[in-house]
Amino acid sequence: MNKISTTEQVQRSLKKRYRAEKRFRMYGVTSIVIGLLALLLLFTEIISKGVGAFKQHYVSLEINFDADDLGLDADLFTFFDAVREDYGNKLHSELKIADQHATMAEALSEFEAQAQRDFGMTVIDALQAREQQLADANFTGIIRNSLRERFPSVKSRRDRRALYSLVSVGASFDLRDRVNADASLIGTTQKLWLLADDDLDTYVKSLNDSEPFIGRLKENQVEFISSWLEKNEIDARFNTIFFTSGDSSEPEQAGILGAVMGTFFTLLVTLILSFPVGVAAAIYLEEYATKNKFTDFIEVNINNLAAVPSVIFGLLGLAIFLNFFGMTRSVPLVGGMVLTLMTLPTIIISSRAAITSVPPSIREAALGMGASRMQTILHHVLPLAMPGMLTGAIIGMARALGETAPLLMIGMVAFIAEVPSSWNDAATVLPVQIYLWADSPERAFVERTSAAIMVLLAFLIMMNGLAIYLRKRLERRW
Amino acid sequence: MSSTLLLALMFVGFITIYKLGRSRSLALATNVGGARYLNSLPFYYGMITVLWAAIPALILLGLWYAFDDAVIQAIVVQHLPAEIREAGNTEIGLVLNKVRLIIDNQFLGEPPEYMTVAAAEINKLTTLSSNLLAALIFLLMSVSASVGYFRIHPQMKARLFVENWFKLALLICSMIAIFTTLGIVLSVLLESIKFFRSVPITEFLFGLEWSPQNAMRADQVVGSSSFGAIPLFAGTLLIAFISMLIAVPVGLMSAIYLADYAPTKVRSTVKPLLEILAGIPTVVYGFFAALTVAPMIRDLAIGMGLDNYMTVTSESALAVGLIMGVMIVPFVSSLSDDVINAVPQSLRDGALALGATKSEVVKQVVIPAALPGIVGGFLLAVSRAIGETMIVVMAAGLAANLTANPLDAVTTVTVQIVTLLTGDQEFDSPKTLAAFALGLMLFVVTLALNYIALHVVKKYREQYE
Repeated sequence: MNKISTTEQVQRSLKKRYRAEKRFRMYGVTSIVIGLLALLLLFTEIISKGVGAFKQHYVSLEINFDADDLGLDADLFTFFDAVREDYGNKLHSELKIADQHATMAEALSEFEAQAQRDFGMTVIDALQAREQQLADANFTGIIRNSLRERFPSVKSRRDRRALYSLVSVGASFDLRDRVNADASLIGTTQKLWLLADDDLDTYVKSLNDSEPFIGRLKENQVEFISSWLEKNEIDARFNTIFFTSGDSSEPEQAGILGAVMGTFFTLLVTLILSFPVGVAAAIYLEEYATKNKFTDFIEVNINNLAAVPSVIFGLLGLAIFLNFFGMTRSVPLVGGMVLTLMTLPTIIISSRAAITSVPPSIREAALGMGASRMQTILHHVLPLAMPGMLTGAIIGMARALGETAPLLMIGMVAFIAEVPSSWNDAATVLPVQIYLWADSPERAFVERTSAAIMVLLAFLIMMNGLAIYLRKRLERRW
Repeated sequence: MSSTLLLALMFVGFITIYKLGRSRSLALATNVGGARYLNSLPFYYGMITVLWAAIPALILLGLWYAFDDAVIQAIVVQHLPAEIREAGNTEIGLVLNKVRLIIDNQFLGEPPEYMTVAAAEINKLTTLSSNLLAALIFLLMSVSASVGYFRIHPQMKARLFVENWFKLALLICSMIAIFTTLGIVLSVLLESIKFFRSVPITEFLFGLEWSPQNAMRADQVVGSSSFGAIPLFAGTLLIAFISMLIAVPVGLMSAIYLADYAPTKVRSTVKPLLEILAGIPTVVYGFFAALTVAPMIRDLAIGMGLDNYMTVTSESALAVGLIMGVMIVPFVSSLSDDVINAVPQSLRDGALALGATKSEVVKQVVIPAALPGIVGGFLLAVSRAIGETMIVVMAAGLAANLTANPLDAVTTVTVQIVTLLTGDQEFDSPKTLAAFALGLMLFVVTLALNYIALHVVKKYREQYE
């Protein structure tokens, strides 16, 4: 048995060791590829699913605004338009307030005679009668008339119902708004583009796929759609409804404006509460606090809160804000307060980092010139630390923007169709809207969910971009 | 007067008072030979008057808002018909809810006479209350501000006074963290104690069956077996385990690669890209898991014929764990990056000089040296996986199965908290209280994990400093 030298031993094992080296390197590359692939897959999936929601299909129909079919008195409407021209656009809303009627009647005295002559009632009564007629008018009826004329061969009740369901129920509100705006429409026949139902919309969008999505459509409905398509009576337009209306149970009428406004008010409350408090806490801990048990206790609390699961903050909001203090459910004010407690640790930690980065020489110079502690902080430390604090605040807000779980606990998950106008109105926020839509079975909601996610991600990217820009632009190196 | 208007007017009032106090100090200064003979700068005299005016007014405002609804409600209840008042608190609560609907114009049908009267009374009292509040506030503000105004004299130590209040305000702000923790502990603890009165704590911790729906009806006796949380803990751990299987190797290896192998250019592009994963809201991951990954895994499993041997569902723990793992990758990776970079370069250089290859240095020197930090990061990641809510709510199941099959549906603690609390139910039912007991468990476990993790990381950092 001949002894091998160390050099030989090493050289023999080298091959194996280099292989191990290569393998190890491969593991690293694979890990990164997995991460990047997940990111890529997520984005392509969301974008490919969501991009369709920015287009919405409309159907062209010959609508006959027949006064009898609608149950409208055309003269009353012409009269209203004349009054409106004189009185201004407030007319419609002021009619609803009974207290206003006396002053209105005075202002409209010149129309009094005409109202008495033509309609046999006071001007206010005439205008109110018109409001009532508009509310009762059968716009669905004239859409159905037009559909029947377009497809005269459809006779059975079942087929007709199938045909009617291809136009959105929202189309009749559109017609109502048109008539409300312009009385001269009554009695005319117009070629109008009406909002299509989500089933039609989804089907037409999927026509280019190898196997179009039939979903809930019946065979005869597909025939109606092909007939429209042949004559170019179906058109895709930019989906403004998605950006200008609140939630709805009908996908084609559902929009994100309500959720966006809810998010805005919630984040506004969060920012107003968390930024000053967070900065104040950071100043205390960095500039005033002496190192003792109490300060340590505060710091332990802050660090722990930063790692508490967000759903726990929801429990806190439910038990303390809603049940103990009896605040209103579902409002952005409470949502903002819960998110404030959640983001405070982030803001305190980043603000402290910003304060420590201000060199002590600045403080010493200020103190040396005779400034007091408070003056040193307010006049020198704070302005210099502000960019870092703002960056931290924006990042904290971005976290709050994506947060869903605590808001579910305090009831911001209700179905709310109205767009909130203050932080005391029931509202929902964008991530919760995504959660709600993701649960809906309609296929049209899938693309709207993805589109809402795209909007949310766009906001997040904007906020993070702003934070990076601020950091690069304003941060000073000492 | 609306509260926004009141606050705006108060703000205007404070500015005026500041100006008055400031000019008063300047006026007094002329008698003693000019502003430089004042004890403090004029700014502080202005601020001291504002503090005099603001503190009592703000205290009154807070107390008023805390109690006005309760007082109005008590008055209205006094005026309700006798038979309703005697029918007990539940009945009164129902009537008050209906009255609120009338006020919001959402009452359907014709309300009874006494409700309309009550609604009108509430409206009247609310207006009265807000007007009275505004009047009282401004009275109080002017009285206390004039007291402050006339106390100003040139020798007054205004700066000291203002700065002490400033410091006190800062202290209160920094104590909010303590109050929050206290609030969390109190809210989950008190409700949990109520819950454990109806369900024994041992049943909750060791029971094998979880079906809170059974306890929904009031006439039904709460079956002790329906609140056994073991299946939830098992489900949570299963999902956390799967996510760790993804997150730890991928996160750790990418951190090592980026720290020790990758050229600077790759590092500076890949790192922010991976960090995007951390910034994506969890609701997006939930949507992705439920809609794309879960059906994909189910189809794959059925395609492989696995459904002959085990349950395969479209709410599989595997899909949830996978996506949660991807979410946690950047978290693990940035924590590991920190600790790997904290290992002194001299240790690496020493090993390289002895002829070790790069991977041997990493495996035999860097990782053992950084191990406490990596373990700490691992614990933090576990705590995140346990506390993660939206992914599991959207993609995991609701039924509490006690299973180790990753293709089956399991439920987690957070899913149950959300489902128990998002319905409309009485706040004091065992079903709602169970959510708080689960919240307590979650809080205690994550707190313990975080505490240990932070402790480990801190100890480790000190070692090389």
